[in-house]
Amino acid sequence: MAEESVTLIGFWGSPFVLRVKWALELKVIQYQYVEEDLGNKSPMLLQYNPVYKKVPVLVHGNKPLAESLVILEYIDETWKQDPPLLPHDPYERAQARFWSRFVDEKSVPALMATFSKGGEEQQKAAQEVRESLKILEGGLEGKRYFGGERIGFADITIGLLGYWVRIVEETVGINLIDKELMPEFDAWIDDFLEFPVIKECMPHHDKLLYHSKAFHKILTSSST
Amino acid sequence: MAKDYGEVKLFGVVGSPFVRRVQIALELKGVKYTFIEEDLKNKSDLLLKYNPIHKKVPVLVHNGKPLAESLVIIEYIDEIWRNHPFLPQEPYDRALARFWSKFIDEKCLPPISKASFTACKEERDKGTEESLEALEFLENELKHKFFGGETIGIVDIAAGFIAFWLPAIEEAVGLKILTHEKFPKLSKWSEEYTNHVVVKENLPQRDKVVGFFKARYASIINASK
Repeated sequence: MAEESVTLIGFWGSPFVLRVKWALELKVIQYQYVEEDLGNKSPMLLQYNPVYKKVPVLVHGNKPLAESLVILEYIDETWKQDPPLLPHDPYERAQARFWSRFVDEKSVPALMATFSKGGEEQQKAAQEVRESLKILEGGLEGKRYFGGERIGFADITIGLLGYWVRIVEETVGINLIDKELMPEFDAWIDDFLEFPVIKECMPHHDKLLYHSKAFHKILTSSST
Repeated sequence: MAKDYGEVKLFGVVGSPFVRRVQIALELKGVKYTFIEEDLKNKSDLLLKYNPIHKKVPVLVHNGKPLAESLVIIEYIDEIWRNHPFLPQEPYDRALARFWSKFIDEKCLPPISKASFTACKEERDKGTEESLEALEFLENELKHKFFGGETIGIVDIAAGFIAFWLPAIEEAVGLKILTHEKFPKLSKWSEEYTNHVVVKENLPQRDKVVGFFKARYASIINASK
């Protein structure tokens, strides 16, 4: 079953696609990558993800899956080789799931608002991002990674914030990862993004920044 | 009766659909637990200590270790007490169960709220349209007696809001979303679920829930005048 073909449908700049790439690469799973044009979604994407019509979509054999967190758990359960993504202990597994949801439900919307809004709304959103990162820092509990000595599920799911937050900081000129306020989070992000497999998957920084600034310009000029 | 794996406490309020999810999960597995009723207008120190991030119910405390977020809690319960499993065996089926549970929280509940608790006709219409679209996906997913097959699974537990709270809201605010005509399978499933021997013992009193929503709706209408 695990030997059937694996296809990842994605977009080069998507942080959620990156989560899935990280998981596949860490476990050394062979897969085919298909780039999707989000401005002109393919019939294949709409067929495989009729509910959300988004990337990432993982297709294993002929079975499609959407939603990055769901895909990550599927990868972990189907390919049991090292490294395990979720911890073994049920309580720690629950905590990893809790942090992952927290990122998606609190940090991500606040980050998107920081990117797309202006004035007071933007400042408020930026403050929410900082607060959420500070809370996430608490989940590290002095360990090197959220997964302990090794990169785990929560590192992958939270890790997307690491580079995404920095791109937003550079695009809108607002500091979000405050080195003094959240030194451990800052250190973890640097460490995580330097890990070879993680680093190799990252989109090219300049390309991403260019794309981000262009998108930001469109958003902010259309609202005036 | 489930195996004894230590002390289990559930912090909650009787009217909350999210608390009831966890309660139903515990009851289906026959887990012994203590229910601690919270006053949400005056949250206890214990609740704030156990859930400092969200400060909400439900919170499950197992042998002194707290957990928040209903679906996270339910997966935890399923991993500790292995009887009456809530997730299928096969990884792909498990992934689908997780997908649909998330879908309920992200795509069904918000538009239902939007349609119901507003004085603005445009909001109501938009919310209704989005709710109908979302429920259509669930209708098509239902292939057996329950989403979990012949027995209740995690998707059924998550969808409890649709089975019990949605009809109560519809009655309270005068909305029609979950109809037999549009959703024959989902309507039948709602009846099966709410009449299940364990579930029906662990739902709040319907007239109280309707009354609560009526009051909430009335205050929104009054505030808009």
